[in-house]
Amino acid sequence: MDWTIIQQALPAYGHGFVLTVWLSLVGIIGSIIVGVIASLLQYFKTPILSQIATAYVELARNTPLLIQLFFLYYAFPVIGWRMSSITAGIIGLIFLGGGYMAEGFTGGFQGVTDSQINSGEALGMNRFQLARYVVFPQGFALSMPALAANVIFLIKETSIFTVIAIPELTNTALDLIGMYYRSNEYLLMLVIGYAIIMIPVILLLNWLERKVRYGAFGD
Amino acid sequence: MTEEILKVEHLNKFYGDWQALHDISFNLKKGEVLAILGPSGSGKSTLLRTLNGLENYKNGEIVFHGKKVQPSPKEWQAIRQKIGMVFQSYDLFPNLTVMQNILLAPTKVQKRDRAEVEQEAHHLLKRVNMDQYADTYPRELSGGQQQRVAIVRTLAMKPEVILLDEITASLDPEMVRGIEDIVKKLSENDHMTMILVTHQMNFAKRVADQVLFLEKGRIIEKTPCEQFFTEPQSERAQQFLTDMDF
Repeated sequence: MDWTIIQQALPAYGHGFVLTVWLSLVGIIGSIIVGVIASLLQYFKTPILSQIATAYVELARNTPLLIQLFFLYYAFPVIGWRMSSITAGIIGLIFLGGGYMAEGFTGGFQGVTDSQINSGEALGMNRFQLARYVVFPQGFALSMPALAANVIFLIKETSIFTVIAIPELTNTALDLIGMYYRSNEYLLMLVIGYAIIMIPVILLLNWLERKVRYGAFGD
Repeated sequence: MTEEILKVEHLNKFYGDWQALHDISFNLKKGEVLAILGPSGSGKSTLLRTLNGLENYKNGEIVFHGKKVQPSPKEWQAIRQKIGMVFQSYDLFPNLTVMQNILLAPTKVQKRDRAEVEQEAHHLLKRVNMDQYADTYPRELSGGQQQRVAIVRTLAMKPEVILLDEITASLDPEMVRGIEDIVKKLSENDHMTMILVTHQMNFAKRVADQVLFLEKGRIIEKTPCEQFFTEPQSERAQQFLTDMDF
């Protein structure tokens, strides 16, 4: 273990770290937005759009991010859609994450019991009121564990961006190892880099899960 | 002359090929309390849920205030504001406080003035000794307390008929009496029209005016309450009361 190696690599890792955090953040927020939209289309069984949403969710969840990125970055330019590696990475991550998030929210909505829905119906609610006041507040709370799992999953998936040469954490480490053959130092730094991101995220998600599950329901 | 509020005529309901309700006909006068009794699986709850549009039916008619109910979601949404329902599992909304539970439908569905409904809600909560729990969440309350709130939530809609689906079935025995008292008072003081499904014969005997006895989805007899418990017309009802140790 050579400390000067670590020291010299710090700025490069700093850049990679910032990029990983930024890509994750944009990807997660985008995925939640896409996921909410897709799950709402499915919930309300909007004609045609709900079928499109279902097809999208299945496609997103059943293809690897690696292949999605190859399509975006290498295949799309063939038909004239050229994009930077960062853009391809973000679109890919949101495409993938949106499917997973949609599935999580749908699971939450389905977890709201029939008797709760009957109870809303018996109060004369129409289907929008039922969704707004009964299904969504409880459904989103129920989908929190899935949402938390997806957030962690998406952060880890950013490591695949290395295949389209986005200089995030993993790419930085692999690059440096390729140049200087110091795998011990560089891999250790890589692990620490991810730990610095993941540990606070996990703590935050656990806190949020507890708060949503109990706080809102008065415990 | 008491006004007829609800009439059911030749109602048939199927689950797939299996017929759950056979040719059900009866009527309900304003202020009347009808108990639907019968063994498990006789279709009591199914019938009650049908009267609130929570179950569909194949043919027959439900007539409310002399007008035939068209079995469409929109029509049922309107009628449910007049025919309230209380469930065995209370089903208060867990993410809302007691007061929010009560205010939700009157303000959002009926679009009534919030301050006015809130005042009424406090009044109703006082009647069932729950006013001090207005800002409490359902999970902090006992089953009996939750059921009181569920009754108030239904009353706040100002319904003309209330359907009570086994409302004491999940409660501890010492809570049952309190809920029965509330129903009794609703009948005596407010002349509320109610239909109740229950397995507790005492409850039916205390509050009902008429008993509708069902078996296998058929009406076996409809008898004034007192007579039903002393001299039921059918052998099947006699047997049932004996089985229930009554």
